[in-house]
Amino acid sequence: MRLLNRSAGRLSRHRRGPIAGLVVLLLGLLLTGGLYAAFAPAQADSTQSQEELVEEGRELFIVGCAFCHGQNGEGVLTQGGDQYGPALTDVGAAAVDFQVGTGRMPMAAPGNQAPRKEVVYTDDEIAALSAYVASLGTGPSIPDAELYDPDTLSDEEYDEYVTRGGQIFLANCTACHNFEGSGGAMPRGGYAPKIRGVDPKHIYEAMLTGPQSMDTFSDGNIPPDDKKAVIAYLDTLNEQPNYGGFTFGNLGPVSDGLVAWLVGIGGLVGFAVWIAAHTTRTSKEKDGADA
Amino acid sequence: MMKSADVATTNGTEPATPTRSAKAAGAVATWADERLGLGTAMKKQLRKVFPDHWSFMLGEIALWSFVILLLTGVFLTLFFDPSMTEVQYNGSYDPLRGVHMSRAMASTLEISFDVRGGLLMRQMHHWAAMIFIAAMMIHLLRVYLTGAFRKPRELNWIIGCLLLLLGTIEGFTGYSLPDDLLSGTGVRAADGFMKASPVVGTYMSFFLFGGEFPGDQIIPRLYAAHILLIPGLLLALITAHMLLLVYHKHTQWPGPGRTEENVVGYPLLPVYMAKAGGFFFIVFGMTALLGGLFTLNPVWKYGPYDPSKVTAGSQPDWYMGWPDGLLRIIPPWETHIWGVTLSWNIMLPILIAPPLMLMVLIALPFLEQWITGDKREHHLLQRPRNAPTRTAVMAALITFYGLSWAAGGNDIIAIKMHLSINQITYFLRGAVIIGPIIAFMITRRWCISLQRHDQEKLLHGYETGVIVRSPDGGYAEKHLPISETKAYTLTARDREEVYTANGTADEAGVAAPGGKVAEVAKKIRSKLSALMFADNVQKPTAEELHEAQHHADHELHELEHQIATGPNKHGPTDDDH
Repeated sequence: MRLLNRSAGRLSRHRRGPIAGLVVLLLGLLLTGGLYAAFAPAQADSTQSQEELVEEGRELFIVGCAFCHGQNGEGVLTQGGDQYGPALTDVGAAAVDFQVGTGRMPMAAPGNQAPRKEVVYTDDEIAALSAYVASLGTGPSIPDAELYDPDTLSDEEYDEYVTRGGQIFLANCTACHNFEGSGGAMPRGGYAPKIRGVDPKHIYEAMLTGPQSMDTFSDGNIPPDDKKAVIAYLDTLNEQPNYGGFTFGNLGPVSDGLVAWLVGIGGLVGFAVWIAAHTTRTSKEKDGADA
Repeated sequence: MMKSADVATTNGTEPATPTRSAKAAGAVATWADERLGLGTAMKKQLRKVFPDHWSFMLGEIALWSFVILLLTGVFLTLFFDPSMTEVQYNGSYDPLRGVHMSRAMASTLEISFDVRGGLLMRQMHHWAAMIFIAAMMIHLLRVYLTGAFRKPRELNWIIGCLLLLLGTIEGFTGYSLPDDLLSGTGVRAADGFMKASPVVGTYMSFFLFGGEFPGDQIIPRLYAAHILLIPGLLLALITAHMLLLVYHKHTQWPGPGRTEENVVGYPLLPVYMAKAGGFFFIVFGMTALLGGLFTLNPVWKYGPYDPSKVTAGSQPDWYMGWPDGLLRIIPPWETHIWGVTLSWNIMLPILIAPPLMLMVLIALPFLEQWITGDKREHHLLQRPRNAPTRTAVMAALITFYGLSWAAGGNDIIAIKMHLSINQITYFLRGAVIIGPIIAFMITRRWCISLQRHDQEKLLHGYETGVIVRSPDGGYAEKHLPISETKAYTLTARDREEVYTANGTADEAGVAAPGGKVAEVAKKIRSKLSALMFADNVQKPTAEELHEAQHHADHELHELEHQIATGPNKHGPTDDDH
């Protein structure tokens, strides 16, 4: 304390000195400049890096995507006139974030559906690719967390969202994805994938962009709030215990029938064999001499 | 040699007297007997003899699961409210709280979440239903494949077929009661099937639903059928089935001491009381285990039925799977005539195929009787191999059933095996026709070669696994004759004769009575008879058996001679000379 008083006193002695004004002025400028550098320049910097990001994305795109989607994302047609890789000019950043973020793109091999697999690109690379594709035209951008994340809801809100979301889910999603989100079959080897345990952001983006054979659920069709409700419902399905006991992939009556036959009847016939094999003994000694 | 473990060892007429003093249960029985005369009244039934074999207990699984269905069903009726009045759910399952649904659905949720043991009872009831019908089917297979449907048991066969039909309908009505999304989809499908019937379809639908689908009548009506009408019929038919079983006496496998006139086995009391009673507890235990451990029909996830909703994996319970499968694979055949659409694609798989299958099942015993002309009583069973064509017919029917059934799960097969649902459908379209034909041919030849194997065992003995080298260096496996008991069992069957249709007109040229139709029928009968019997292996005659025995003795003698004189008489230690 004494030290502080002494230094303050020493400093105070110079307050009327000839360079005091200059020093205060310099200090003031330094502080203002420092604060400005800390907060404001972000905008100026990001304009700069957005361009860099798009450029970085373009380079990644040319290496990893252009073979099927074209040098400028204009799409590639086969000789027969089919789509080899569709045009990406108006798909938006959300589509790229979904497809690349779930590992569906780049595809390992051409096929009727891109399966979900290990993610190839890093988050930064995905951001760069998204930025590049977004720069090609219009399309939905990557949603903010508060649009899709059920963790941002209060407890009462959450219950309300779950109930509403369940009904929206059953009306719009279960026809293909099954009542538990276990997935279902689509024509010609296609399928609606399992959607349990999927990142809420990707569920939101899938609804927004309609990947592969999925419909696009635009914000006019299912408003963002309802999308969040669906995600909250799926979240509950993940959280809640299996009240009835073990399930068999939650696939409905087919797997139940399998259990009834294999475990139920199979087991009971086994018991029947066992009971028939153990019969009363008429005498202690076994008379199997001529059996 | 003729003594067998399964034959009574005494002809004594005195019943065994207990040496130990009567226990408490015995004292109660004596008390009741002295006052009610129960012992005398029940003596005959309690001492009824049943033969022992695991395959005779398959029908019992069905019986006991029906008892479990009655027990758990009574529990469920205490809490289930079969009403379609709309209510707002306010039970303890959070994700559905506040959702509007029928009282039926709300009370099902209440049973699942708010009634103590309710979910266990619901799941046990449902698992028992699945097992009930499966057990009836494997029991049917046993009865058919062993020839137990022959005279005098044809009527019991028909009762069994009706039980299978009623059980299926009972299952469907129960499946529809909770009024959840899955069951509502099923009822909607049933509505569509009814409407596919020409002329009367729409009327039937309107009568059943009390107006346009879904209305507010269908659940109470299905409930009445499910808990009163069909169980009553089932109970009556099961009683008839069992009374006929007692009256006809149980069939038995052939063997020494077993004839068409006796039944060899153990008495109802105490042996079968213990066995059957014990089996009830095992069936109950299995059902409780399934109900306690495995989810069946999680209605809370399906949510209340709403015609605008549907879920992937909407299937009926397994026993309705095969018509559903046919429906899934049938090409889109329709006829438009006078402004009316005939939906063959619905009528054939749903309205025609199942009743046709039932008719075929019911007709099987009578068809066989007509071909064989066999009007004798049969109480000894036949091994499936000894009726190759009959066995092959069932193999063909099962193959048809199985493939149609697989088609009912085509979407699940597609996603689980990464196949194209279209290709599964195209494959099964062909397979349901070709598969049964292939199965028929393979099974028939398989049975016949098994018969040849039996013949070989009778005439040349069994393979001992002992390889003998002859002096000139050849190797041969040694065969030894099978035991007399086994030989008796293998030969305890009839020789079959192929029916020939000659003599349709006698020598004077007078046609046999009946005219042309009878003549054609006879020709068909002779063709079918040839198909059934011409290729079968008939059991050897007594002379053939004696000759084989003689031959075997001779061979054995020769072999012993060879061993005695050949190089093998020395042990391996002194082979250095």
